[in-house]
Amino acid sequence: MSGNNTVDKTCLIIGASHAGTNFAFALRREGWQGTIKIFDADSVFPYHKPPLSKAYFSNEDSSQVDLLFPKENYITDHIQLHLGKAVTLIDKEKKTIALEDGSIEEYDKLVIATGARPFIPKIKGINKAQNLYPLRTASHAIQIGEFIKTSKNKRVVIIGGGYIGLETAASLKKLGAKVVVLERENRVLARVTAPEMSNYFHTLHHQNGVELLTNKNVVSIENNDNGNTVFCDDYTNYRADLIVVGVGIKVNTELAEKAGLAIENGIKVDATAKTNNDHIYAIGDCTFHYNKHYNRFVRLESVQNAVDQAKVAAAAICGNRIEYDSIPWFWSDQYDVKLQMVGLSTGYKEVIERVELDNDKSRSVWYFKNDELLAVDAVNNPKAYVLGRRFIKSRQKINKTKLKDTAIPIKPNSFL
Amino acid sequence: MAKITFITSDEQSITVEGNSGNVMELAVKNKIKGIDGNCGGVCSCATCHVHVLPEYWDKIGAPSELENDMLEFDENISDHSRLSCQIQVTDAIDGVVLKVAK
Ligand SMILES: Cc1cc2nc3c(=O)[nH]c(=O)nc-3n(C[C@H](O)[C@H](O)[C@H](O)COP(=O)(O)OP(=O)(O)OC[C@H]3O[C@@H](n4cnc5c(N)ncnc54)[C@H](O)[C@@H]3O)c2cc1C
Ligand code: FES
Repeated sequence: MSGNNTVDKTCLIIGASHAGTNFAFALRREGWQGTIKIFDADSVFPYHKPPLSKAYFSNEDSSQVDLLFPKENYITDHIQLHLGKAVTLIDKEKKTIALEDGSIEEYDKLVIATGARPFIPKIKGINKAQNLYPLRTASHAIQIGEFIKTSKNKRVVIIGGGYIGLETAASLKKLGAKVVVLERENRVLARVTAPEMSNYFHTLHHQNGVELLTNKNVVSIENNDNGNTVFCDDYTNYRADLIVVGVGIKVNTELAEKAGLAIENGIKVDATAKTNNDHIYAIGDCTFHYNKHYNRFVRLESVQNAVDQAKVAAAAICGNRIEYDSIPWFWSDQYDVKLQMVGLSTGYKEVIERVELDNDKSRSVWYFKNDELLAVDAVNNPKAYVLGRRFIKSRQKINKTKLKDTAIPIKPNSFL
Repeated sequence: MAKITFITSDEQSITVEGNSGNVMELAVKNKIKGIDGNCGGVCSCATCHVHVLPEYWDKIGAPSELENDMLEFDENISDHSRLSCQIQVTDAIDGVVLKVAK
C-alpha cells in the first residue's frame, strides 16, 4: 500500500506510548494520507516513561511530565488521540476493534503497541498494603512523589533491585526518604548485568545511604496503624510507610492472543514488525521480534526498540520496505552516575572489566562469547559506549589483552 | 526569541522560532527530519546530533565533557558537532544554522 492511495484508509493504533505515538508520526512522514487514530486506556497525554523513576522526582511541579510530542503536532498531523479508551477486542475477520464503551472502529491496518504492565507478585497481604505502588505510569509516579513530599514518615521499602527499583531508590533518597531495597537474588541487576556491574551499583547505593539487601525473598506484608511491615523468608522484617514494587513486567498480549495472533513470549512479528496477519502489526515492549545481528528472536523493554520498530512498521505499511536491523541500547541514571548499555549480553562466556586509569569513576564491562563482542555496559564512560556500539555493529574482532590493559586508552584503533 | 535554521539531509532548509527549552525539543516540535531525541534529552542517545555551520560556532559554544565523549567517536563527527538537546534556546543563539547529522 503506497502512501498516495491511502486517502480513504484507516490505520488504528492501540497504545499511545513510546511505540504508538512514534509510529503515528512516522506513518505521516512516510506519506500515509488516510485516517490515523490512537487509543489508550491511560488518560494522561502521552509522555516519556524513563524520567518517571529518574528526573521526574526532582520536578517542583509534580503534575509535570515530559510529553513525547507537543499537543499541536497531533493536530497539525491529523492524528486523532483517544485517551482513557481501553480496547477490549480485535476482530481480525471483520477488521474491527471494540472499545470498552461498546463502540466499534474499523481499520485497514491495525498496530498493536500495548506494551506491558507491572507484574505484581502473589505476596500474602499485598492487596491490603498501604501506599503500595508499582512504577509504570505517570499516575504511579505522581502518587509516589506526592506521598514522599507530603508524608512526615518517609520509610520506603522497594521490592526488587532491577533498574526501576534502583533508580527509584536513588530518586527517593534524594527527596529525603529512608530507603531499603529488598532483592530476592544474591545480587542486584542479576537478570541484566554481570556480577561486576552488580557490585559496582551495590557499593554506589551504600555510599549514598540506601540500604540494599540481597537474598531477601518477601513473603508477606502486614499493614498496621502506623504503616506496613514487610516480612522476608529469613525471618527479617522491615517497616515501610511506602512500598514500591519493581519486580518486572507482564506483556500485554491478551488482545492479540484472543484474536488468534501468534504469541511466543510476546506478540510474534517479522522483520517488518508484521504479525502473522497481513493487516496487523505489533511494535514495542509487547513484541517478540527477530534481531538480525544476534540472529534470534528477542523481547526487549526499551525506548530504542519501541522507536525503531515504530519506524519499520510505518515504512512497511506505506510500502517502503525497511527491515529492523538495530543493535539494542539502553540507559539508566542513578545519582550522578550515567550508565549506558549497548548490545545483548545473553549467552556471554567472558567479561572484561575496565576502570579507566585517569578517572576511576569511569568504567566499562565488555561481554564476549568466545571472540564475539556481544555487549558493553559503560558507567560514566560514553566513549566505551559509542565505540562498543561501533565494534558490535561491524563485528570487529577485539584484542582482549589490549582491552584489559588500562594503560591503553579507549580509542577506535586501540584494540585491533 | 531565537530564529534557528535547520538543514536536513535532503538539503531542505527550515527556519523556526523558539524561546525556551532546548534545540532538540524545538526540532521535534517542528518535525525536523533526522532529529529524534529518543532519550528525551539526557545526553544518552546521540539521536539529536547536528553540525553547527562554522560561522555560528562561537555563538553556540563547545560541548561539555560528557557531551564531547558521546561525540568524539561517533562515525559522523565533524569539528562543529553538537548534541542539540544540550543547547538551550536563548536569544544568544538567534540566527544560527544547524545541519542535521546522518
Ligand atoms: C519507570 C520506567 C523507567 C524506564 N527507563 C528506561 C530507560 O532509562 N531507558 C529505556 O530505554 N527504557 C526505559 N523504560 C522502558 C520504556 O519506557 C519502555 O520500553 C517503553 O515505554 C515501551 O513503549 P511501548 O509503547 O512499547 O509500551 P508502553 O510504554 O508500555 O505503552 C503501552 C501503552 O498501551 C496502552 N494499552 C495497553 N493495553 C491497552 C488496551 N487494551 N487498550 C488501550 N490501551 C492499552 C497502555 O495504557 C500504555 O499506555 C522505562 C520504563 C519505566 C516504566
Ligand atoms: S536526545 Fe538523546 S542525546 Fe540528545
